[in-house]
Amino acid sequence: MSQEPATVGETVIKERRLNMIEAINEALGIMLERDPDVIIMGEDVGYFGGVFRATAGLQAKFGKTRVFDTPISECGIIGVAVGMGAYGLRPVPEIQFADYIYPGLDQLISEAARLRYRSAGDYIAPLTVRSPFGGGIFGGQTHSQSPEALFTHVAGLKTVIPSTPHDAKGLLIAAIEDNDPVIFFEPKRIYNGPFSGYYDKPVEPWKKHPDSVVPEGYYKVPLGKARKVREGEALTVLAYGTMVHVAEAVCQAKGVNAEILDLRTLVPLDIKAIEASVEKTGRCLIVHEATRTSGFGAELSALVTERCFYHLEAPVERVTGFDTPYPHSLEWAYFPGPVRIGEAIDKLLKD
Amino acid sequence: MADPARPGETNRLALALHVPEPRFRPGDKADFSHIEIGQPGDQPRPDEGIHPSAMAGLAYGLVRVLGDDNLAHGPWNPRLSPETLRAMLGHMALVRAFDERMFRGQRQGKTSFYMKCTGEEATSIAPAMALASDDMIFPSYRQQGILLVRGYPLIEMINQIYSNKADKLKGRQLPIMYSSREHAFFSISGNLATQCPQAVGWAMASAVKGDSRIAASWVGEGSTAEGDFHSACTFAAVYNAPVILNVVNNQWAISSFSGFAGAERTTFAARGLGYGIAALRVDGNDALACYAATEWAANRARGNHGPTLIEYFTYRAEGHSTSDDPSGYRSAQEREEWPLGDPVARLKKHLIAIGEWDEERHAAMDLACAERVKATTKEAEKNGILGHGLHHPFHTMFEDVYEELPWHLEEQAEQAIRERIAKFGTERPFG
Repeated sequence: MSQEPATVGETVIKERRLNMIEAINEALGIMLERDPDVIIMGEDVGYFGGVFRATAGLQAKFGKTRVFDTPISECGIIGVAVGMGAYGLRPVPEIQFADYIYPGLDQLISEAARLRYRSAGDYIAPLTVRSPFGGGIFGGQTHSQSPEALFTHVAGLKTVIPSTPHDAKGLLIAAIEDNDPVIFFEPKRIYNGPFSGYYDKPVEPWKKHPDSVVPEGYYKVPLGKARKVREGEALTVLAYGTMVHVAEAVCQAKGVNAEILDLRTLVPLDIKAIEASVEKTGRCLIVHEATRTSGFGAELSALVTERCFYHLEAPVERVTGFDTPYPHSLEWAYFPGPVRIGEAIDKLLKD
Repeated sequence: MADPARPGETNRLALALHVPEPRFRPGDKADFSHIEIGQPGDQPRPDEGIHPSAMAGLAYGLVRVLGDDNLAHGPWNPRLSPETLRAMLGHMALVRAFDERMFRGQRQGKTSFYMKCTGEEATSIAPAMALASDDMIFPSYRQQGILLVRGYPLIEMINQIYSNKADKLKGRQLPIMYSSREHAFFSISGNLATQCPQAVGWAMASAVKGDSRIAASWVGEGSTAEGDFHSACTFAAVYNAPVILNVVNNQWAISSFSGFAGAERTTFAARGLGYGIAALRVDGNDALACYAATEWAANRARGNHGPTLIEYFTYRAEGHSTSDDPSGYRSAQEREEWPLGDPVARLKKHLIAIGEWDEERHAAMDLACAERVKATTKEAEKNGILGHGLHHPFHTMFEDVYEELPWHLEEQAEQAIRERIAKFGTERPFG
């Protein structure tokens, strides 16, 4: 959980706290420095440094041919990145909002994801597509979506979602170094602070959270490994991104001794961590912000049921967004917040 | 439900939707006299650094070199040596022989699918010869001629077409969807026009690195309607990418004539001008013009003057693929009436006209091509044909989805292998 201060010899290095944007910016800078083949491109990412400031200062430091703006064409951004990858570069394109990624889907699904396979390893697509996703910022239906299940359904893509500044940096570095195409969704509601889900309470900054301690320099958080947010016995919570913090806050408020797993990577999934936890607790709650039907929670529920059935003491519960577009004014009615999660926990623990 | 139309309530003209219709359908007499082909030698050859806005004549006209007198005319004559011309003719004859044999192989049940490039040989072979051998090719599906030019072994092509045990793509791809990094030939997709922005990205990368290699993509006129093509043009123009965007206008996209891609309104080359991209419209059945256009565009790209869009005006002489029968939608006369003739015949006549070739040598060459293809086919058949079924170890199905197999693919691979044993027992080799 909380980071121990790093030590070098006898010297204790002072804790350094970053928000998620700063952590991502640092990861990008480190990779631009370490690998001359890394290239960053996207709408507004160059001189201006990105609408969320994730690429701030990078063009000034690394130059216009390493970090540059693109036309407003997601199809072009991904297509060009695939070609750059075939050349031998390691592109890190940004899609400004996950809601805008759809014009690039064919290039992601039919090209990037298939290239290694269809060419039998002749060509690869080592892209990392960064994109802010999720709601809770009054973004309306076109700045709030969580389309992760579209990508987990695609053979050949990896899907990564960090929930803390520490993980955002380490996972992003691991994603960029990975030789497969990675969709890296950044939960924008928690760019500046971990969100408890109690939208009517004051916002907490990252500085108060233990996982805002971000080591300097290069480190990786490996893809495919979940993080145990909290040990517990009463039930297992499977969550990722913003919902890790919401689930944690609700369990704390209700005094439930939950074991919370932050999945971090949806594909490849850390099935061992899931099995071990559910076998211990016998109850499983799955939480995601995306719409419910065919959401990634359905896959998780099926896996837990198939693999841990004889350990289960209650049916698996899913708490998700509703199967509607993300409404602007009724955002908090859509959001799977404390009430919805609380009800599901009560149901799971009833017997 | 649509709102009811209200004709007659006002004196406004009722709108009419135009749905394009080709000039000729089955049974019609084909007459292409409406197509303006100009005269060989008419088109000026500007400096490669020219601004696209000065290229209207080249984007709406037709760059031609070979005349009815079978001689080369005008400033676009690439002045190739007789040896080069004979090599070009040899590649074109070989690809035609190869297509013939593979088409027949499909009909004999040796594979599932094939696509000929008959009538369009010049649009891939001549450009490939004008490029450097390490310039990167982003092909569509009818550029097999490029692989022949680059010396890709015929037997590898046939192994791929048969999806047999020697297929380097492990039987994963539909026949003719080749890939060869060694020959700077990108993996062919089945999704149309995706290769266009990829070529631009490759070219941008080459420019980022200060490399000297350029990229070239091929796309059919029908799929220029895809968003990918337009993204490619935008990015190519914005970053002045060292890329050649080739559009093979063979008049037909399966059964849809070029009008459904906008050919009734403008030329495909002219699209380049709107983006600020240099544009050439070329007689695609004139191998010398195809060569010259690519040479010009490659010079332009290498000189950091930017991208070029080349439209090759040609004719798809055969069906779209082995799954297509064009007699159901177009006039059977079109091929013979096509005003720009046959590319192989035109180059052959040119070589004869300049005293560097004759009918006897041509007949001998055709025979040698047919024999070579036949012998190579027999050799490839020793590695199996698609009809003989499951050539590749089942575990290979799960490899290369990712660099390393994640747990779920390992589990699924075990299941596939169990299924194989359940069906075939352990007698046959499996994996």
